Amino acid sequence: MEITAETVAFAIFAVFTLGGALGVVTMRNLFHAALMLILSLFGVAGLYILLTAPFLAAVQIMLYVAAVAILIIIAIMLTRSLMKAPIAANKQWEVSALIALIVLVSLVAVILQVSGGRVRSYWPQEPVGDVPADSITALGASLVDPDRYVLPFEVASVLILAAMIGAIVIVRSRPTS
Amino acid sequence: MGDIITTIGTFLTDLLSSLGMGPSAVEITIKIIVAAILGVFGIGLVIFTVWLERKVAGRIQDRLGPNRVGPYGIFQTVADAIKLLTKELITPAGADKVPYNIAPVFSVLGVLLIWAVVPFTTNAIASDLNVAVLYIVAVGAFGVLAVLMAGWSSNNKYALLGALRVVAQTISYEVPLVLSLLVPVMLAGTMSTQGIVEAQPIWYIVYVPVAAFVFFVSSLAEVGRPPFDLLEAESELVAGFHIEYSGMRFAMFFLAEFMHAFAISALTAVLFLGGWRGPWVQQYPTLGFVYLGIKTMVVYFVVMWVRCTVPRVRIDQMLNLNWKFLVPLSLVNVLMVAILGKLPLRLSEEQVAEVLQNTPWVEWAFGPEFMAELPRAVLFLLANAALVIVVLALLGVYARRERRKVEALVDEGEFSAPQPAAAHQ
Repeated sequence: MEITAETVAFAIFAVFTLGGALGVVTMRNLFHAALMLILSLFGVAGLYILLTAPFLAAVQIMLYVAAVAILIIIAIMLTRSLMKAPIAANKQWEVSALIALIVLVSLVAVILQVSGGRVRSYWPQEPVGDVPADSITALGASLVDPDRYVLPFEVASVLILAAMIGAIVIVRSRPTS
Repeated sequence: MGDIITTIGTFLTDLLSSLGMGPSAVEITIKIIVAAILGVFGIGLVIFTVWLERKVAGRIQDRLGPNRVGPYGIFQTVADAIKLLTKELITPAGADKVPYNIAPVFSVLGVLLIWAVVPFTTNAIASDLNVAVLYIVAVGAFGVLAVLMAGWSSNNKYALLGALRVVAQTISYEVPLVLSLLVPVMLAGTMSTQGIVEAQPIWYIVYVPVAAFVFFVSSLAEVGRPPFDLLEAESELVAGFHIEYSGMRFAMFFLAEFMHAFAISALTAVLFLGGWRGPWVQQYPTLGFVYLGIKTMVVYFVVMWVRCTVPRVRIDQMLNLNWKFLVPLSLVNVLMVAILGKLPLRLSEEQVAEVLQNTPWVEWAFGPEFMAELPRAVLFLLANAALVIVVLALLGVYARRERRKVEALVDEGEFSAPQPAAAHQ
C-alpha cells in the first residue's frame, strides 16, 4: 500500500479512536476514562474530515466533545463514588461484555460474508461518487424535504423539547405549602 | 506591493520547488509555515494588548498606567513575561500530573485555532472552511476542556468549584452565541467566514444590530471578561480554576484569556463590521490587513471600555441576563431574519443601473452591490429598531414592577429604603 499523507492521518486518527476507546474501558480513574472518551471522539471527527465531511466533523466535536463529554465529566465530578477506591468493573460487566460481543459479531457478519470457505468483503469496491461541492446545502435541504427526512427531524426536535421541559420540571423548586 | 500575499506565496513556492520538493510537499510546508506565523502572531499580539489594556485602563481610571520600562512603558509586558518564565513551576502534591500539565496547553490551543478561519484580506485566510462558523463554536470545546482538566487535576476544592462554575457559564452563554452566529450565516447564505465578508457590501451591523449586540455580550461572557469575571473576582474570591498554577503555566491561562478577547474582537469585525472590506481593497489586497486591524482595534477598545466601566454582575444577574433576556431576544431575531430573508428585496442589475444613472456618485463611493443590497438592509434595520423598542418597553414594565415590589416591602417596614439623597447632605 502506498503511504500518502492521507494514510498517515488515517493511522493517527485510528489510533486515537481505538486507543481512546480502549482507555475508556481499562482506566481505573473515571475522570481519566472520560478524557479518553473525548480522545476517541476526536479521532472519529478526524476520520470524518478524511471522508470529506467537515460538517459532520464540526458537529461531532460540537455535540459530542463540547456538550455530551463535558456533561459526562460534570456528572462524574458530582458523583460521590469517585472519592472511593477506584474499581475497574462493576456488577454489570458480564452483561455488558455479552452485549458488546453480540454487536461485534453482527457488525462483522454484515461486513464479511463467509461462503464456501472464502471470506468475501461487502465493502463497496467501486469508488464512491464525487462529493457535491456544496454538501451542506444538500444536507440542509434534505432535512426539510417532505420526501426525505423532515419527519425524523421534527420528531427529534419534539423529543429534545420534551427532554428540556422534563428537566425544568424536575429541578423546579416546589412551592412551599 | 499591492498584493503582498501572492508575492510571498509565489516566492515561497519557487524557493521550495527549487530545493527539490514535490508540489504536495510544497503545499504542506507552506501550510505549516502559515500555522507557525499565525501562532506566533497570536501570542506576540498579547504582549502588545496587555500593555494597551493596562494603559487604556490607566487613562480611564485617571492614572498613568505602566510608564517605566521603555518609552510609554511599552516593554513592561516583556519584563513581566520574562519574570513569569523564570518563576518556579509548582505542582501540588495530590495533583493529577498529566491533565494538570496538558490543561494550559489546551486553553491556548482552543484560542489559536480560531485564527485559522479569520480572513485577513481578499486572499489571506489560513483555511477557508465551508463550515467555519461551526468550527469556531466547535474549537471552543478545547477551552472548556482545559478549564475542567485544570480544575479537577489541581486537587483543590476551590479550583474544582471554580471550574464547574466557569463551565456552567460558558455552556449557558453558548446558546445565545450560536443563535446570534446564525444570523450572519442566514444573511450571507454561507458558513465560510470569507464568504460572509464578501457578502457584506453593507456591514451586517447595519442589518441586524441586535444580533451584533447579542454576539458581543455573549462572547464577553464566553471569554469570562469583565463584567462577567465573577469567577476570578479578585476582591471576593480566590482565583478560580487556575488557583494552583504558577509561573508559565499560569501565564498560559492568562495568555489564552487575552488572546481570546482579541479573537472575539476580530470575529465581531469579520462577522458584523465587514472584515477586510474598505475602499480600494480589491485593487490593493494588502489594505485588507489595515482595515481588519482598525476594525478589530475599535471593537477591542469597546471590550476594554466595558471592562473599566461596567461593574461586575452577580451570578443570578448573569443567569437571568442569559436565559430571560439574550436567549429570547436572539430567538425572536433569528425568526425575524428567517422570515424577512425570504422577501425578494435584492434589486436586479437593471434596477441598480437605473438608480445609479441618476446618482453616479453612489457607484463611485460604494459600488453597485451596495445599491442592490440597500432596500434589504433598510428593511432589516427598521425591523430591528422595532424589536429594540418592544424590548425596551418590556424591560421598562419589568423594572417598574420590581421597583413596586421593593416599595411595597418598604411600606410594610420589612427594610428601610435606600436613601440616595443622604450622601449629598
